[in-house]
Amino acid sequence: MSVDDVFKYFVGLISFLSVLTLFLMVLELFRYSLPVLSLKFIFGINWNPVAGSEEYGILPYILGTIVTSTIAMIVGVPISLGIAIYLSEMAPNFIRKTLSFVIELLAAVPSVIYGLWGLFIFRFWVKDFIEEPLSKYLGFLPIFEGEPFGLDILTAGLILAIMIIPTVSSVSREVLMAVPNSQREAVYSLGATKWEVIKVGVLSYAKSGLVGASILGLGRAVGETMAVTMVIGNAVGPSALPTSLFKAGQTMASLIANEFNEADPTTLHPNALIGVGLILFVLALTINLLAQVMVWRILKIKEGTVE
Amino acid sequence: MQKNVLIGIVAVIILVLGILLVGPYLQPKTETVTQTLATTITTATTVTTSTDTTILQTTSITVTQPTTTPKSIMLNGAGASFPYPLLSTMIVQYNKIYPHVMINYQSIGSGGGIRQHTNKTVDFAASDAPLNEDQRKAAPDTLHIPITIGCVVVAYNLPNVPKGLKLTGELVAEIFLGNVKKWNDPLIANLNPGIQLPDKEIIVVHRSDGSGTTFVFTSYLSMVSPEWNSKVGKGTAVQWPIGLGAAGNEGVAGVVRGTPYTIGYVELAYALQTKMNYAYLKNRDGYFVEPTLNSTAAAAEALSPSLPKGDESWEKVSLLNAPGKDSYPIVSFSYILVYKELSVLPKMDKEKAFELVKFLWWAIHDGQNYAPNLQYVPLPKSVISLNEETLRTITFNGQKMLG
Repeated sequence: MSVDDVFKYFVGLISFLSVLTLFLMVLELFRYSLPVLSLKFIFGINWNPVAGSEEYGILPYILGTIVTSTIAMIVGVPISLGIAIYLSEMAPNFIRKTLSFVIELLAAVPSVIYGLWGLFIFRFWVKDFIEEPLSKYLGFLPIFEGEPFGLDILTAGLILAIMIIPTVSSVSREVLMAVPNSQREAVYSLGATKWEVIKVGVLSYAKSGLVGASILGLGRAVGETMAVTMVIGNAVGPSALPTSLFKAGQTMASLIANEFNEADPTTLHPNALIGVGLILFVLALTINLLAQVMVWRILKIKEGTVE
Repeated sequence: MQKNVLIGIVAVIILVLGILLVGPYLQPKTETVTQTLATTITTATTVTTSTDTTILQTTSITVTQPTTTPKSIMLNGAGASFPYPLLSTMIVQYNKIYPHVMINYQSIGSGGGIRQHTNKTVDFAASDAPLNEDQRKAAPDTLHIPITIGCVVVAYNLPNVPKGLKLTGELVAEIFLGNVKKWNDPLIANLNPGIQLPDKEIIVVHRSDGSGTTFVFTSYLSMVSPEWNSKVGKGTAVQWPIGLGAAGNEGVAGVVRGTPYTIGYVELAYALQTKMNYAYLKNRDGYFVEPTLNSTAAAAEALSPSLPKGDESWEKVSLLNAPGKDSYPIVSFSYILVYKELSVLPKMDKEKAFELVKFLWWAIHDGQNYAPNLQYVPLPKSVISLNEETLRTITFNGQKMLG
């Protein structure tokens, strides 16, 4: 066996170890959550870890995760697309380079920093400038019900929107840059304006890649823990059901972060939390797979391997 | 050339892995020469009790100490975050006196402490709640050593209302159940004539993380309110009917201080350090008591004669709603948990066991001097003598650590 072979098998082994880790993770999550897994676990709304009257239902947290991520997508994706379009189609070269660099740096800010900023500064802005006017003029709508206090589902969704902007906009920019110039030239030659070129020549071409970029952002929003925990209000049980944007809620990730340390090992509480982890894992994995597939497709178009 | 570099890299990796794998077995077995020699340690302790009298207590204990040159010893503990500032101060001071003893305490929460204690991965644990029957079965022969006394205060943020709003336990339960919704509810107003209460919704703030503080607070509410007891119950994490959660004492303190019309519960030390406004609670004898170090100590003192022995079940022990004119009602012990027979711990040896017991002995005597400055309540004398009894029963392979 030559040295090259030794090296090959060695790095091969290391690569397989990471796959093995993923497999073992799923296995362990499944093993520990088995005692609580049932339909009642997924569709129940009560969460009572008190020994003797234990009951675990995670519907409010699944809904909380979905609602906060949806807000993040609704607010964050259009802004990110705007940034990406400006950077790839319109910005002069030196602005493009600096801005792209800064936006990518933003993606590296630890989430706890966003969380602290959210807790000490951002929540008051949300309360004073967004929630109170909404509550005053649209308070009759069920989704704007209740006294706003700034630590609620809306604030969590908005923090998430801010956090996914760097990811979504930098991936979208890559995707837009990958659109071949012949596309743009073709539309220009028909006498189109700048906006028409972007709409017809670029965006429609890059559609699936942009969807992929957004889903990548969704993946981050779904799994985000620290920042959400600090601003979402951390309600539990039926009171965590996201019936109004001005209510304290809870996501799956924040629930695990909140309760795992003190979960009593003689009860099913730790098992239930691991069960939440399993559901979250499955959700995040699906989202990421979907995004990967879509981004791959568009990047391959550039290389000319796909029609 | 490249091939040579590859060979080099692979060789280095194999070497490193090899050393890591085989290393532990290659270490020369150290011959531990243990000469038993009687050493006398004299501890002079100043204990401040609730009545502010100072008792000088001199205790002599004879210990069997394995002597060679002091080998450096590492002790690991984990658990409750409430006593963490006190414990870490004690650990730093202890290390100044005995530099060869290194103590490491991770404040991971009472539940985590109990878990590590049960799995025998730490030398001692700390918990705000005593072990219940199931937990005792999982970790048989665990000793409870009260190390300090905690006090939970009901803090609020009402513009223009200073500290001292009068509340009863039943009323606090009604507020946290969501039955009393407004600050100017007649139930609150009747207890506080002369205070202008706003017509605003009460925003309830609770802990979002599992916590010994929550356990103490919900135990008190369960005790005074049958509705709370049946609907919510007590635990380190419960299903809160209303309100928003914040992580940690500092989280609750932050939200309450930053948001008007909130009410929450925090440890006394946090309320004092962050200058929050807190309520005076009605105690069992009908007096409204301000939460202070003295009213906390009074509650512990009132109930200390009825405490069980260290190796008995402490599940029923409660300093809540203690009798006495000066007793504040939401008070509890914070415990150190250790095994009575230390050889059950896989990484324990005789020297470590001895150093552990010596540290605990110091912590319940001299260590208590550091409590008042950190807003902790020093242990009353009766509890210290109970702890002395408990510590004397600790053994390693059947051999007593303290004479």
